[in-house]
Amino acid sequence: MNTASHWMGVGHRNDLIPGAGMGARVGDCQVALFWIPELDNQIFAVSNYCPFSGVHIIARGIVGDIGNEPVIASPLYKHHFSLLDGHCLEHPEVALETWSVRLQGEEIQVLAKKSDEVAA
Amino acid sequence: MSKTKLIVIGNGMVGHHFLEYLAETGQVNGFAVTVIGEEKHIAYDRVHLSEYFQDSTAADLAMSTAEQYAAWGYDLRLGVKAVALDRPARCVLLSDGERLAYDKIVLATGSYPFVPPIPGNDRPNCLVYRTLEDLDAIREAARDASTGVVVGGGLLGLEAANALRGLNLDTAVVEFAPRLMPVQVDHEGGELLREKIESLGVQVLTGRATQRIEDGINARHQMVFQDEKKHETDLIVFSAGIRPRDELGRDSGLDMGERGGIKVDDQCLTSDADILAIGECAAWNNCCFGLVAPGYQMAKVAVATLTGGDALFQGADMSTKLKLLGVDVGAIGDAHGTLSSGARIFRYLDQISQHYRKLVVSADGRRSLGAMLVGDNSYYDTLMQYYSNRLDLPEHPESLILPMHNGGAPAVGVDALPTTATICSCHNVTKGDIVACIEDGKTSLGEIKACTKAATGCGGCAAQLKTVVDHELAALGMEVSRALCEHFDYTRKELEHIVRVEGVQTFKELRDRHGKGLGCDICKPTISNILASIWNDYVLKQEHVSLQDTNDIYLANMQKDGTFSVVPRIAGGEITPEKLIIIGEVARDYGLYTKITGGQRIDLFGARLNQLPEIWRRLVDAGFETGQAYGKSVRTVKSCVGSSWCRYGVQDSVKLAIDLENRYKGIRAPHKLKFAVSGCTRECAEAQSKDFGVIATENGWNLFVAGNGGMRPRHADLFAQDLDTETLIRTIDRVMIFYIRTAERLQRTARWLEELDGGLTYLKQVVLEDSLGICADLDAQMERLIGHYQCEWKTTLENPESLKRFRQMINDAGDDPRVVFTQERGQQRPATEEERQVLIPAIAL
Repeated sequence: MNTASHWMGVGHRNDLIPGAGMGARVGDCQVALFWIPELDNQIFAVSNYCPFSGVHIIARGIVGDIGNEPVIASPLYKHHFSLLDGHCLEHPEVALETWSVRLQGEEIQVLAKKSDEVAA
Repeated sequence: MSKTKLIVIGNGMVGHHFLEYLAETGQVNGFAVTVIGEEKHIAYDRVHLSEYFQDSTAADLAMSTAEQYAAWGYDLRLGVKAVALDRPARCVLLSDGERLAYDKIVLATGSYPFVPPIPGNDRPNCLVYRTLEDLDAIREAARDASTGVVVGGGLLGLEAANALRGLNLDTAVVEFAPRLMPVQVDHEGGELLREKIESLGVQVLTGRATQRIEDGINARHQMVFQDEKKHETDLIVFSAGIRPRDELGRDSGLDMGERGGIKVDDQCLTSDADILAIGECAAWNNCCFGLVAPGYQMAKVAVATLTGGDALFQGADMSTKLKLLGVDVGAIGDAHGTLSSGARIFRYLDQISQHYRKLVVSADGRRSLGAMLVGDNSYYDTLMQYYSNRLDLPEHPESLILPMHNGGAPAVGVDALPTTATICSCHNVTKGDIVACIEDGKTSLGEIKACTKAATGCGGCAAQLKTVVDHELAALGMEVSRALCEHFDYTRKELEHIVRVEGVQTFKELRDRHGKGLGCDICKPTISNILASIWNDYVLKQEHVSLQDTNDIYLANMQKDGTFSVVPRIAGGEITPEKLIIIGEVARDYGLYTKITGGQRIDLFGARLNQLPEIWRRLVDAGFETGQAYGKSVRTVKSCVGSSWCRYGVQDSVKLAIDLENRYKGIRAPHKLKFAVSGCTRECAEAQSKDFGVIATENGWNLFVAGNGGMRPRHADLFAQDLDTETLIRTIDRVMIFYIRTAERLQRTARWLEELDGGLTYLKQVVLEDSLGICADLDAQMERLIGHYQCEWKTTLENPESLKRFRQMINDAGDDPRVVFTQERGQQRPATEEERQVLIPAIAL
C-alpha cells in the first residue's frame, strides 16, 4: 500500500478515563490520548513527550480550558499545551505533535503518519 | 582600617532598634559594637508587658536573641551596668569594674518608674511596674495577697491594674488628679472611663494624694490619704510616671533638659560630639518622649548621624490608640483643645453605649487640631489621617464623630491620603512606602507586612493597612480579583462554604451550578481538595480522578525524570526492626534510591509508573499504609523519644505523636500539615516550627499553632497551656477544621494566621471560647473525616478500575525510554542530560 498514513488501533474505549490522559504507543512514538466528553466526546492526541522536562509525561497532566481553548498542563512544570494544535501557550514557538483520533466501534484508532511506521 | 569603638548603653526597645537599624545599613563592619544591658534579659517588648501574666514568657516577649546579636557582630553584655562616663579618658566604667574605651557612645538608658516620696513607700510588698523582674516580684507578692492597689491612674497605671486583676486580686486604682488618664482625656471622657473600669470590678479612687503607708489591720498595708480617709491593701504597685535615666549624662557634665533628660539636638547628639542619646532618656526641645515610635525615629536618626546619613529628628506626634482594661482610649494631637488659640470643639457623649468623642478644629473649621476618643477606637484611623495630613475637613466636621447608623466609622478615602501619610506609626511606614513595595512586586498583605514591617508593632494599623493595600493594588491595575480562576468567580473559602452548605459531591456538580468551562489546573485540584476536606472520599474514583494534581494522581511524588517516590507511613517516626527490613527488601529488590526524610520516615525513589502497584502491594501486604507524602494533606507527626527512655522527658511524646498521626492521617487541607510532639521543654522534636506543635509540661501539653519551616519560617504561637490529652485533641480538631474552612488556596497555617482578621486572639476566641458558636459543627466535621479514613493505596490495589491508570501506555508494557539512571554512592539516581547522551547514544523507543 502506498498510502502515506493509515489508521492504527491502539486500544479499547474502556482504556480511556473521561477527562484524564492515557499514553499509547504509535509506531516509534508515545502519544497522550485525552477523551473529553464535554466537547462532543472528542478524543485528542498529542505527543506524550514534554520538551521542557525531557520525559514522557504529558498524559499525566490536568485537562482544562484557557479562554475556551482546551489545554493540557504538563505535570512537572505546568506548561500549557493546546489540545487542538499542540502549541505551548507560554512559549508559542514550541509545539507538541498532534494526531487525529477516532473511535471505530469499541476500538480507539490513531491516524499514524509515515514517520511513525515501525521499521521493517 | 580600624573600627570605630561604639558602645550602646541600654538594651531596651529603642536601644535594640538602634542596633537593628545599624545592621540594616550594611556598615556594621566599620564598628566594633559593645552593648551594655543592665537587665539580665535581652531587649524585650515592654509595651506588651502585661501579657507576661497571661501566656507570654520572657522568651515570647524577647525582641531578639543572643545568636542574632552575635551574627551581627555585637558584643552583648547583659546584667552589667554602666556606672560612669569618664569623658576625658574616653572610657565607660562598668559595674563589674571593667573600663571600656570608646570612640562613640549611644545612650539608650530609658526611664525609671517614679515613686512618690511617701513615707512607707519602701515597705515590703510596695513594688514598681517596669521590668520583667518587677513583674516576677509582683507575681510573688500576689501569691498570698487578696487585694492590690495601683498608685497612678495613667496609661501604665491602668496596665498595671489589669495585671493585678489578672492575678486575681481585688484591685483599686488611686489617682491624684480628679480623673483617670488626665493627660489623654478630659472630664467627660474621664467619667466614662471610670464607669467602664468600675463595671469591671476595679475600684477607682481619684482625687487621692497618699500621705503615708503604714501597717494595716486586716491587710498588709493601710494607705492614708490627704483627707485622712484610709484604704487597706496587701500589695501596692507604684505606676505614677517615669523619669529619665539621665544620671550618666548628668554626672559626666553633659547638658541636660530643663525638666531632666539628656539634651540632644536634631541629630540626637548631646553636648559632647561623640555621645548620642535616644529614647526616653533624651530630651529634645526640653521634651522627653515616653512612646516607642519617637524613640525608634531617634534611633534611625542616630544611625544616620553615625554613618554619614542626613536624617533629622524633628519631634514626634504623641497621638495614641490604646485598649486599657478592655476600654478603647484614643488621643490625637491637641486632644484637649487647649494648645491652640481659637480652637473650636465638637463633642458627642452617649452614656448608654458609653462612648465619648471629641473633635478639636481650627478657628476657621477647616483643619483638625486633635481628637479624643473613649469607648470606641474605630473612629481613630480616620481622625488621625485628617489630623496628621492636614486634610481639609468635610463640610460638616461633626460627621467624623457622630455615630454611623449603618455601623462603622466613616473612612477617609485612600485616594485622599497623600503619599506621605503615615499608615504605621510604630515603624514609620507611609502610604508611599507601601506603594513602593507593591511596585517592587509584593502583592500580598503578608509580603507587604514583612517588607515594610507595617502592622507588626502594636498592630493597631492592621485594618487600615489592608484597606490601603487593596486600594493600591486596584489603582495600579493589578488584579485584585479574588476569583479562584476564570472558571469560578469565588475564593477558595467561599467555595468551601458552598460545597459544605449545598452538599456538593463532585466537581461537575459545582461547575454546573457555580462555574463555567472545563476547569483547569488551578480549580480542579483546589476543588478536589475542598471535596476531600469535607467528604474524604477516595480521590481516584472516576468522578474525582481527573481533578488530581501531579502528586495525587498516582498517589506518589513525581520526580524530575517522571519516576516516583514511595513513602510508607511511619507514624511518630517509630518503626520495628522487622518493618525496617521489609522496606529495605523492597528498596533492594526494585533498586530504589533510599533516603530518610526530615519527617522521620523513609523515602524510596525511582519507581516507574508501571511498578507502583506491585511495590505498594508488597508494602500493604506487610502492613504498611500510604504515607501521603504527596498532596496537601496531613504529613507527619515528628517526635522525640520522650519519657519512655529519655532522662528529661516529662510525658510520653512518642505515644501522643503516634496517636495524633493515626487520628489525622488521610485528611486533606488547604496546604500540607506538619506536626511534632516534644517530651519536654528542650524541644528536640522542633515543634515550634510546625503547623501544630505540642510540648510536654509537668501538667500536660502546651499547644502551639501556625508555625512554618521552609522558605518563610514562622515560629508557632502558644495557643493553650497544660492541656490534658483529650482537650488537646479536641482543640487541634477545631483549629484544623477552622483552618480548612477559612484559608485561601495554598495558604499554609502560618500565612493564614498572619492574615486572619483579629489574629491569634480571634482564633482563641473561636476555638477556646466558642465565640462563633460553631465548635459542635467543627467537631462533627472532624468526626466525619476521621470516620471515612481509608489507606488510598490499599483501596487502589483492591480496585481494578483505578489500577488501569497506572500504565505508561495502554497498548504496550514498556516504559519511558528517556528514564536513565546512573550510580552514585552505591545507589541509583537520574542521569543528567550530559550523562544521558553518553549512556544512550541513540534515544529511541
